[in-house]
Amino acid sequence: MTAVSSTVPSRRGEWARRLRGGASAAWFPYLLVAPLVLILWGYVVQPMLATFAESVSDDGTANYTQFLTSSGVARTSLITSLVISAASVLLCGVVGVAMAFLLKRFSFAGRRLIEAFILVPAALPPLIGAISFQLLYSEIGILPRGLQQLLGTAQPVLAFDGIAGVLVVHTFTMYPFFYLAASAALAGFDPSIEEAAYNLGAGRIRVWRTVLLPMLTPALVSASLLVFMTSLASYTAPLLFGVDQTMTMQIYINRTNGDLPMASTYAAVLGLVSIAFLLLMRWYEGRRSYLSQSKGVSAQRREIANPIGRWLAPVASVLAALVLLAPVATIALVAFSADGSWTTEVIPSAYTMDNFVTIFSEPRAFEPILNSLKMSVLATAGCVVVGVLIAYAVRRLKFVGRSLLDVGVMIAWALPGTVVAINLISAFSTGNGFSFGQALIGTFWILPLAYFVRFLPLVFRASSASLALIDPSLEEAARNLGASWWRAFLSITVRLMLPGVIVGALLAFVHGVGEFVASVLIYTSSTTPISVAINNRMYSFEIGTAAAYGMLQVVLIFVVMWFSGRLEGGGRAASRGAEQWTN
Amino acid sequence: MIDVKLESVSKRFTRSGEAAAVDDVTLTIAAGEFFTLLGPSGCGKTTTLRMVAGFYFPTAGHIHFGEQDVTRLAPNKRDTGMVFQNYALFPHMSVAQNVAYGLKVRKVSRADTARRVAQALTEVHLDGYGTRRIDELSGGQQQRVALARALVIRPRTLLLDEPLSNLDAKLREETRTEIRRIQRESGTTSLYVTHDQAEAMAMSDRIAVMRSGQVQQIGTPREVYHEPANAFVARFIGRSNVLSLPVTSAEATRVGVALPGGGRVTATAPDGHGLGEGDTALVAARPEHVVLVSPEEPDAIRGTVTGVEFTGMATHVTVDIGAGADGDVTVAAVDVPDRVDVGDRVGLRLPAERLWVVRP
Repeated sequence: MTAVSSTVPSRRGEWARRLRGGASAAWFPYLLVAPLVLILWGYVVQPMLATFAESVSDDGTANYTQFLTSSGVARTSLITSLVISAASVLLCGVVGVAMAFLLKRFSFAGRRLIEAFILVPAALPPLIGAISFQLLYSEIGILPRGLQQLLGTAQPVLAFDGIAGVLVVHTFTMYPFFYLAASAALAGFDPSIEEAAYNLGAGRIRVWRTVLLPMLTPALVSASLLVFMTSLASYTAPLLFGVDQTMTMQIYINRTNGDLPMASTYAAVLGLVSIAFLLLMRWYEGRRSYLSQSKGVSAQRREIANPIGRWLAPVASVLAALVLLAPVATIALVAFSADGSWTTEVIPSAYTMDNFVTIFSEPRAFEPILNSLKMSVLATAGCVVVGVLIAYAVRRLKFVGRSLLDVGVMIAWALPGTVVAINLISAFSTGNGFSFGQALIGTFWILPLAYFVRFLPLVFRASSASLALIDPSLEEAARNLGASWWRAFLSITVRLMLPGVIVGALLAFVHGVGEFVASVLIYTSSTTPISVAINNRMYSFEIGTAAAYGMLQVVLIFVVMWFSGRLEGGGRAASRGAEQWTN
Repeated sequence: MIDVKLESVSKRFTRSGEAAAVDDVTLTIAAGEFFTLLGPSGCGKTTTLRMVAGFYFPTAGHIHFGEQDVTRLAPNKRDTGMVFQNYALFPHMSVAQNVAYGLKVRKVSRADTARRVAQALTEVHLDGYGTRRIDELSGGQQQRVALARALVIRPRTLLLDEPLSNLDAKLREETRTEIRRIQRESGTTSLYVTHDQAEAMAMSDRIAVMRSGQVQQIGTPREVYHEPANAFVARFIGRSNVLSLPVTSAEATRVGVALPGGGRVTATAPDGHGLGEGDTALVAARPEHVVLVSPEEPDAIRGTVTGVEFTGMATHVTVDIGAGADGDVTVAAVDVPDRVDVGDRVGLRLPAERLWVVRP
């Protein structure tokens, strides 16, 4: 009796000692990191290599030489993609920087109105966002038809199609990269530096040219790279505006035509370009930026003194707010329109609740909703476990290959959704070790896996951003007070990270529910997610039902945005950290 | 060289009746003078400086540089050289480019610019640093670049906004001597803002002590130290004991007061302060003027030692003299007997010639 009771505590003590010693031992990080590395290797890197193997399986390097020949789809697609991306950077840059200056440097009636809605168009899920712009600005769109009726012309006025349409979508959805980067830079840099220039006698234009613009450059370069990458990965806009000869569209077309080696070639090229941009961006961001701290005197917004400007500002603000809200309003309007009731009218002619009744009551129509929720929950759970641990390892542990782990996650982020899908198809059309010998293509599991790969970086970024705000000495204090490593990690670090992790998880979840780009390449009829259902309904002209599905996604997103905004400080930082990297 | 005049300058940031950040400040900085605004944080000293620089316009009042009214002149037209608290060096320019900025704006020829930049860098002991990046410099070096940048344009006035507050104590003392030397050589009218009274005393020709947006006293360092206008100035400048004592007699410039120990003493009151018998006077006594005596000595103020603090040059002994006085009395004695310790009973004597009656 006595012997037992005395050995148990000592054994417990032994374990505690090992764990405590273990946590600070040199081998401990590797124990934690090994499974994480395995996961990134198995589901991100290895599939990419499989795609490359697939692309050279039939004709060797012949597929790649197509990109070098002077005529042909491959070369044209690559050039078109690059040109669209460059034009998007220019347009987004002009709009985003102008907005940042206007809103952060001036004070005028209606400023808060614009600020409240400025991120709305970019928050829409990719498919429903592109559809809303199509319904607004294309040939069948509300605005061109409205102008046609107003002016009595034969054709819709100011209708965007083709590349112009793609650029409209890109500008509206990607200018926030510039807006956020420029406003953060404007808010972050020390007003006294600008004052010093004035004090030395420089006029307003000279201060702009010699101080403000040079100091904004790092932010603008980062934003340019982001917009370029995101445009390159853009798939829904070319799809809806019928620009077939882009990289992403060619991946889709070749895949649906059954030419997997060619689709893989496009995916490999696009993947490589994306990773090159990722590395360029990391290299650039490692260089200095000009943020600095200063005492209380903050930059004051300038009042608009010009009387015409004062009068014009509120009018322009209301107009801008309308433009920003138009996409959401359009989806909402169309969601209540009867299917088939909208042909040549400016806006739908008949309204009904039926669309919502249909998608919730008809079992076949309800299935996509169920699918999306199930798959997103599964993917989110995976993202949280893996994302939090990677964030902790990268931020807090010292081990060889730490930056490789970081790069591994960021590759998952940099790869366009179409490329992720092709990679998974290449890797898991037959079984391998990471799928436990099962072929995953054609099963339910491939979709959550794709979501996991695509949205793991969101949870990682959010966790990492909130971890950055937590002083490491808090965990040390807990250990100093006698807590074991696990206890300190769980009761202090994880607890303080929680708002960030929740934000990241919610983001991963809503992005999963809105996912279209990868899904459309790998879904089966029994695993159709919401976005694919929307796409199919659009094809069969059930626009109302499609929009009703879309409304679900939109409402979910705004609920999550509202909730994340309400979470205390850590949550807000995390959502900023994660959103910065969303595409 | 020009003088700088502030006439009834006020600044309110909000329209609704909140207290003014700067409230009716009038002062004149003589040509070539090194003038300091001293006060605790939030007293309006930086706001005043920024109005002189032109970053704020006064809500009321006027500012003159010599004959020119600059009240509403844009900051870039004022020809002032400002050294910011955090230096505000342009991070994307080299040291030389920073210093040359104001000259380029003034369209100084390339050769002249190069010569003057080199000269300015020599002046602040930074020869050969011209091609360095700003983030390669230490805090003290950045501070000197900022000074060179402000002075190289030969400004009409030099404005310094707590330029030493980001330096460590030793460097701070060296740099203040440097700043004063360079200012004397260039003869530039200078306005200096600080919350550090020792710095203000060491550097300034004259000091304006500010509190809650208002000027409390303007005077030379000696004047504000030895003849404080009110209790705030007495306490803010150095350590000071301010005792509330009953008035027993009053003359034109002298007031007799009763001491807690039963003694009587006459203190200087520059204009009588309108005090009469039966009033309570605030009497300021510097620690170094209070004398530590035996508690047995007749008429000594008696109390208990509550703290002994050795500072090197002197020993500060804090004595609780009980009710009727405004807190404790601190004695700074050069020679304190080793036996004085916390809890000891001691006596204090206040020398009449060093007592100064202050306004509340």
